[in-house]
Amino acid sequence: MRGVEFSSRQFADVVVATPVGRIDHSSAGQLELALAPLWEESVVGTRSLVLDFARVEHITSVGLRVLMIAAKQLHGNGARVAVAALRPVVAEIFAISRFDRVLDVFPSVRGALGRFSAEALEAFDKA
Amino acid sequence: MKRVRFWGTRGSLPVALTAETVRRKLVSALRSASGRHFASDAEVEAHVDSLPFSVAGTYGGHTSCVEIDTGGPEYVLCDLGSGARSFGQAAIARHGPASPQTYHIFVSHLHWDHIMGLPFFTPAYIPGNRVRIYGSHVGLEAALRRQQDEPSFPVDFSALRADIQCVHLEPARAYEIAGLTVTTKPQHHGGDSYGYRFESNGRTVVYSTDSEHKLADAGETDAFVAFFKDADLVIFDAMYSLADAISIKADWGHSSNVVGVELCQMAGARHLCLFHHEPASDDAAIDRVLSDTRRLEEITRTAEPMIVTAAYDGLVLEL
Repeated sequence: MRGVEFSSRQFADVVVATPVGRIDHSSAGQLELALAPLWEESVVGTRSLVLDFARVEHITSVGLRVLMIAAKQLHGNGARVAVAALRPVVAEIFAISRFDRVLDVFPSVRGALGRFSAEALEAFDKA
Repeated sequence: MKRVRFWGTRGSLPVALTAETVRRKLVSALRSASGRHFASDAEVEAHVDSLPFSVAGTYGGHTSCVEIDTGGPEYVLCDLGSGARSFGQAAIARHGPASPQTYHIFVSHLHWDHIMGLPFFTPAYIPGNRVRIYGSHVGLEAALRRQQDEPSFPVDFSALRADIQCVHLEPARAYEIAGLTVTTKPQHHGGDSYGYRFESNGRTVVYSTDSEHKLADAGETDAFVAFFKDADLVIFDAMYSLADAISIKADWGHSSNVVGVELCQMAGARHLCLFHHEPASDDAAIDRVLSDTRRLEEITRTAEPMIVTAAYDGLVLEL
């Protein structure tokens, strides 16, 4: 049973979170635990979240539920959430589940940052 | 068990095709035949068969009613939605009104769309017929009687002259009924609902409608996987998209095609049948859900392929 690894970097007022692996019934809890501090911190400032899915191999309904929880929490704090760089199979799962209609999906992290914050995009380009 | 017949497949509320919808189907069908010459009715039929189901057919509009043909002399039915009227008429046409029959009816829950067919279920009015209505809700009989009280309906329950008995089933206990081993399972739905697992001669059919699956609790997920285990057919509430089911329609008590695929794959089920269609969905929308669900099954498959169908009024699935 493989889990999901997680790291994050901050670019100005946007956090880019990078899960790696399969987000399924056995690992979705790990992702939720990893993301929770972000919405707790976002109470202080309006930090938006971009989830870099370039290395996510698969996601099940439980993983998508975690994304929905994150989006609701962050939206409630005035922050925004986007998912970027989906692999083709994951993009299909987003389309079939209609998650592409309730979350902002971008082809690239850079594209998402550009939509959210000029400062974040500048910081990303300098990094 | 030999086969399953669907008499009502729509969720929540009966729907009907409108004149405009029929017109659109005709326009589409005629356009597809433009320039074609059909030498016989058989060629016309073959052309119709080549059209998408949303053009050549319709998923139908009756609410939940599913017949399990056991191969025995007694009828087995799941739910008494508006499709029960058509089922009753077909049974009478088959045997004639003077030939007493036995009907075993398993009720998932007491919401109106699952019981509204009883006042129009003609066999219940005919003396000599035996009707056994099974369920795990304490208020089963009261709910059936109440919907025929004034001012809701002009014919009182007492006018049902068949030998009618309501039978309480304890969840998780196995019963032998009409040659089937029947087990019920509580499901997440407002006022509770119950799924049914029917087993006979190495064949298993699961009827699981009006059930919300959050899959957030491993124990609950395991329990449903066990309930669906190795089923030949799972009739599954796929009313909403996953995104709707866990956002704006969370806690509305229904599930999605995505969760249906996941649970059936984990259970090793052989056939997933999407059921309890959203009444706002037209035929083309349900076609898209079916196509999407087949694709999801394909890209997430880790074992033998699973058949995926979308139920429609009149569908017959051989077991």
